[in-house]
Amino acid sequence: MYATVSPAAPAARQEVDEAFLALPLRQLADAALSRARALGAGYAACRVQRVRTARLETVDETVRGTEDTTRTGLGVRVRWGGGWGFAAVPDLTPRDAVAAVDRAVALAKACQVAGGGTELAAEPVYPDATWLSTYRINPFDVPEAERAAMLAGWSARLLRAPHVRTVVGYFSAVQENTFYADLAGTTTLQQRVRVHPVLFAFGEDERTGARQALRTLGPPTARGWEYLEGEGWDWDAEFAQLPEELAGKLRATPVEPGRYDLVMDPSHLWLTLHETVGHATEADRVLGHEMSYAGGTFVRPQDVGTLRFGSPLMRVTADRTSTHGLATVGYDDEGVAAQSWDLVRDGVLVGVQCDRRISGLGGRRSTGCSYAESATHVPIPRMANVSLRPADGGPDLDALIGGVEDGIYLVGSDAWSIDTRRRDFQFTAQRCYRIRGGRLAGQLAGVAYQGDTTGFWGALRGVGGPGTYGVFGADQCGKGQPLQLAATSHGCPATLFGGVRVVNTGAAT
Amino acid sequence: MTPQRIAETALAAAHARGTEAVAIVDEISSAHLRWARNAFTTNGIAGDRRLTVVALGADGSPGVATASGALGVDAVHALVAAADQARGQGVAAEPDPAPPVTAGDDGGWHRPPASPVAGGLPTFAARLAASFRSAGDAGHDLHGYAEQRTRTTYLASSAGLRRRHEESGALLDHTVRTADDTASTWTGTCARELSQLDLDAAYDGARHRLEWWGRRLALPSGEYEVLLSPSCVADLMLRLYKAADARAALDGRTAFTAPGGGTRVGERLTPVPLTLHSDPYEPGLECAPFTVARGTGTASVYDNGLPLARTGWITEGVLSSLVGSRHTARGGTPATPEIGNLVLSAADGGGRTLADMVARTARGLLLTSLWYLREVDPSSLLLTGLTRDGVYLVEDGEIRGATNPFRFNASPLGVLARVRDVGRTEPTLPREHDENTPRTAMPALRVADFAMTAVGDGV
Repeated sequence: MYATVSPAAPAARQEVDEAFLALPLRQLADAALSRARALGAGYAACRVQRVRTARLETVDETVRGTEDTTRTGLGVRVRWGGGWGFAAVPDLTPRDAVAAVDRAVALAKACQVAGGGTELAAEPVYPDATWLSTYRINPFDVPEAERAAMLAGWSARLLRAPHVRTVVGYFSAVQENTFYADLAGTTTLQQRVRVHPVLFAFGEDERTGARQALRTLGPPTARGWEYLEGEGWDWDAEFAQLPEELAGKLRATPVEPGRYDLVMDPSHLWLTLHETVGHATEADRVLGHEMSYAGGTFVRPQDVGTLRFGSPLMRVTADRTSTHGLATVGYDDEGVAAQSWDLVRDGVLVGVQCDRRISGLGGRRSTGCSYAESATHVPIPRMANVSLRPADGGPDLDALIGGVEDGIYLVGSDAWSIDTRRRDFQFTAQRCYRIRGGRLAGQLAGVAYQGDTTGFWGALRGVGGPGTYGVFGADQCGKGQPLQLAATSHGCPATLFGGVRVVNTGAAT
Repeated sequence: MTPQRIAETALAAAHARGTEAVAIVDEISSAHLRWARNAFTTNGIAGDRRLTVVALGADGSPGVATASGALGVDAVHALVAAADQARGQGVAAEPDPAPPVTAGDDGGWHRPPASPVAGGLPTFAARLAASFRSAGDAGHDLHGYAEQRTRTTYLASSAGLRRRHEESGALLDHTVRTADDTASTWTGTCARELSQLDLDAAYDGARHRLEWWGRRLALPSGEYEVLLSPSCVADLMLRLYKAADARAALDGRTAFTAPGGGTRVGERLTPVPLTLHSDPYEPGLECAPFTVARGTGTASVYDNGLPLARTGWITEGVLSSLVGSRHTARGGTPATPEIGNLVLSAADGGGRTLADMVARTARGLLLTSLWYLREVDPSSLLLTGLTRDGVYLVEDGEIRGATNPFRFNASPLGVLARVRDVGRTEPTLPREHDENTPRTAMPALRVADFAMTAVGDGV
């Protein structure tokens, strides 16, 4: 169904960016770690990071804004006595690296009075490890004019439809280079690339005056420019269908509130999975470390291995290893090797996501989820690629829809909102189709479904086969204070949920 | 190099390439403490320096490049070259850009950047540690975040512009919960310096509200009269401000688009004479008095350095301006760029405290903070969201107890239309704040017929 999973992608023979390699990486690390050792730090890690981000905004066929930002810096994290400290500097000299260590240690000393200085979980040492993500064409090798022309050309195709009034386009490309070294002897050098093009088509029905918007479904992905050329996503097919789908949305009839069987396309379900399973199984939330801002979770430490999370059809995995996964790395920002593991098996919670600090509290090995948005940010636990597994020999999409007498088929993610315990939620979709007698019967307006996490996953009645599986994801997931953004992919098959509560948001206005 | 030297070097390099340019240098210093369950979690000190170069194109297609980190002469020259190469390139851009701003030096250009901010952190950490001990003794868990941040911005242009702005601020985002996780309350406060944040007052207020949780009430879904705290109002008004983009309205994409085209400027939004405005010189909420545009977003890079003045977005209940550049002003609306603060006030000055408003309530719900606001329908600015850390039933002027949380689907425009009473405007921290959130001063609002759905019985 979706071509977003591509294990057969052409092998990448990329090299680490020369501009990054030209930085005095080892010299900086040596200066920082020597100083940390001399000051008696129990743990110290030096991270030099260079993140290049390009952004492009278009309206119809014109450029409204561009950015090309390169953020470079050095961050040092230390544990001294019973406290933790972190300091970052923009200048990359050994003297500045030493100054950063001094500030980090001073902060750790100031904070040790209140404890919190847990030791990190053990991890093997990885000396001189190098890892690059898989991509074919570095998007930063593509001239900005070519990037803009691609978005403008796509917009022009959509604008041919008379009811498409305006098309707003965004393109972002990110290249992350990270050099990590710690007192234990791990030294990693990594390069990751990701891209995300997205268009919003705004339509108006001349007859009724109705206005609606529809977004392209092509997700962010850890690929290069080849993604925009059709490798990993069929953009031609999407642009061919989108105007008609928007016309259908303009003619949509208001949904009657009630309980419905919902068939969810993977382009929709990924975000529900992200919010209800991905965030709910972050171990720092389990321990209350995000309570003041991003929130906690209903999952308790003792729930692992016992909590009935959903129906027995539910198997959810986490990984930082899948090709083109947005959260995929070789090593995390605490020097932990990337892994894959189960979060939910046969409907029962069996795992969580953690970094070395959080896992140290429970005596487990870290799952390698430490990440910092930039050199100036403290690494915190972030979500892995979290995916609902398809059912071997499971039904295709038509069979799932065909089995529903009176329901709704949801495509594409839209608005989402969930409480601080990751329990009570509301989601809307790009497109919602009425299902009557096993067939689609036009689009519905105002559809939002609400529920509680375990009740919702307990209502999982059908899981599609591997042919329905697609990978989507988020590249702007926020967490922590100061707020940090991270990217993560989510694979899902088509699914059927029984008797979910649907409201009509249109009635609210 | 000093920030001024970096900017001048960039302009000289642009001049050598025959390019008109704007150079923006930001010197940023921040320090923060974070805690959970009466212990520190992630604490940090960071310094950063950023240079943005805007290479202006005669054909209206500017090139923009930004770098942070070590900014030596070679790095500055490389960035200017990158911006210049991005200029033009046959990229179709918005036509007819306004000419660059040419006003001169405002007198502060040669002043150094603000001092790094880490100095007050150890003292504040010690105060927090004492709070942790007190809270632990009382059976409470403290969770929160405190930060001190300064940003000094230098803006220079080939046209002779030289501007400097320094902004400093501290905030406290403080959650107090009972150790058994059965009650929770939140306080957000802002100040200029970390030392001015009153931890004891924040904790005392939280303890008072935790007492209200002594009686738990299960309320059904329905329409309620609500008292929105200033923080709740800030979150809603910031969503309105973000959506009030003149260009998007003129494009027909927002709730501010008039039926049949154009904008809704001039339309009455609320029967109450409320005024929503921004002012770079607002006492206590001072922000940059000139436009700084770094590429994408609402502001036009051609407006860099444009002086900002008090702008009324809603004036005595009537939509009076949308956020726009000089470019959109040519579409019939005045040039009213975004300003980094937002103030809502009543024509009569309000005057009532939230406690006064509670005392004047026959029956209603007091909402103390909102969370996870997301746009459901941009054409009506319909948002969904949740109450957080405390909803309290008020009857006959008194708090009766804490209720279950609620979800709502509502538009800030609908909220304004149903305002029945306005409190005293005061500086407040929106719950969904981050480092780019405008500073706010808001009143509490009494709003009629606020439809809400009961969600669980959790905390």
